[in-house]
Amino acid sequence: MNAIEVRGLRKQFGSLTAVNGVDLDIHEGEIFGLIGPDGAGKTTLMRILCTLLKPTSGRATLLGYDVVGQAEAIRHFLGYMPQRFSLYMDLTVEQNLQFFADLFQVPTAERKRRIAQLYAFSRLKPFQHRQAGALSGGMKQKLALSCALIHTPRILILDEPTTGVDPLSRKEFWEILKSIQQEGTSILVSTPYMDEADLCDRVGLMFQGELVTVGTPNEIRRLFPFILYKIQGQDLYRLRQFFQQQPAVAQVQLFGDVLHVAFHQPPEESQWQKWQYQTHQLLQQWEPIPPGIEDVFLNLMEQHHAR
Amino acid sequence: MHGNTPIVETHQLTRKFGNFVAVEGITFSVKPGEIVGFLGANGAGKTTLIRMLCGLLVPTSGTARVAGYDVAHNPEEVKYRIGYMSQKFSLYEDLTVEENIELFAGLYRLKAQQVTRKKEWLFQQYLLRDFARTLTRDLPLGLKQRLALGTALLHEPPVIFLDEPTSGVDPRFRRAFWDNIHALAREGKTIFVTTHFMEEAEYCHRILVMHAGKAIALDSPETLKRRYQKSTMQELFIHLVEQQLQEVS
Repeated sequence: MNAIEVRGLRKQFGSLTAVNGVDLDIHEGEIFGLIGPDGAGKTTLMRILCTLLKPTSGRATLLGYDVVGQAEAIRHFLGYMPQRFSLYMDLTVEQNLQFFADLFQVPTAERKRRIAQLYAFSRLKPFQHRQAGALSGGMKQKLALSCALIHTPRILILDEPTTGVDPLSRKEFWEILKSIQQEGTSILVSTPYMDEADLCDRVGLMFQGELVTVGTPNEIRRLFPFILYKIQGQDLYRLRQFFQQQPAVAQVQLFGDVLHVAFHQPPEESQWQKWQYQTHQLLQQWEPIPPGIEDVFLNLMEQHHAR
Repeated sequence: MHGNTPIVETHQLTRKFGNFVAVEGITFSVKPGEIVGFLGANGAGKTTLIRMLCGLLVPTSGTARVAGYDVAHNPEEVKYRIGYMSQKFSLYEDLTVEENIELFAGLYRLKAQQVTRKKEWLFQQYLLRDFARTLTRDLPLGLKQRLALGTALLHEPPVIFLDEPTSGVDPRFRRAFWDNIHALAREGKTIFVTTHFMEEAEYCHRILVMHAGKAIALDSPETLKRRYQKSTMQELFIHLVEQQLQEVS
């Protein structure tokens, strides 16, 4: 049985189609990542799966239970962290954790172990007696995460849980997510961080209410239709302008302190030397690289846009 | 880079809240046209540091000068010479794009002629013309971000602070946003930015890594990566912070 099954799901808000005919299977025990721009429909889809919103048409089941007719049953095995999570601001960090442990009826022994683990990841232990309202933005986010992870639901749905969280805490958060997965939980998570897409078993790209593509991170990478090179040199702005004008070039992106240039065909060595000459040696290094999920993502969105 | 006189200088800048030291002894100097990234774990002191540099929070000790003015003694002068944009865009959701621009232009006491010129510049440069009459709350996040940046620039401040400006914004807009930032730097504006997207750290000329209120590294991304033999800023950041945590325990 699949953890989550979605068939022809649509959600209309007045004239706006937020989810436009989504079909999706999420396997039991996998971490499935949902990525897509703001407004793509990710949150709406997740809220329908959490039984918080009724679909306009189509159907969705969690472990065989229908999200419309059997919402009560689903809530017993589902964990959900919405984008705007409600912590109790006048309770301390420790009190918030205990409160959510009570709410989810986490047994005492399990509770101790889990809270220790969550403190280790969040590094909130020194702040355990501070009121949640007095924490910094990122620390609040980490506490909210910790509260959502206090029990081990059979299905866990997390809506951008790591937005605004620093890289080290994100890394540790994903270690916890993996350990929850080991315990048999199926996880659906949305994220704006492309490096996190690589940590999922499978990824779905959502755009304008539709699920544009689904696959493992490597399958997604293979969808990139061009040959990608990493280019280094002096004055990346002039280099970028230069490559934008070359007919062999499909796309040029500035990526940190390097350029990512996508070619229709891999350029010959002599061509590179010619370019070096033409740029007065601004061009210094080039090497082929595998595309990142973000490169594919940007490309798919452009294709979709052009349709 | 434009000129060699520093536009922002701090010396042993410190801020305490009761017994808690949020920022401790930070010293640096930044030239016009530089993009400086503040990196650090949540709660490391980045926002407190920015708030002092903006003249919003008085330092407990140490000094900071921004665009020629001391933040403790002339906070109002400082405020007029900086642009500030945070993850919670300070736009009025119930106003249209054009009305928001006019409102901020009014707050900065721009003259009618300047307002017209600035509006035109924003419409053109930030591709907002088609949305002039759109209610701000109906704008996609990426465009809201662009508008928030635009309104922070209306009074042509030489120093700009961006506090997690790209949180939640999709990659297309994030890349376009950084093109705008680089264009501003080439005009000689000085930009301070905090971010949790480590690939964005690579767009900065220099990086200040903070931990528990202190500066633990300040250099260019290339130099730092070479020094610690890390291939990405993500690895470098995790390495630096873990190192600090080990020293404590």
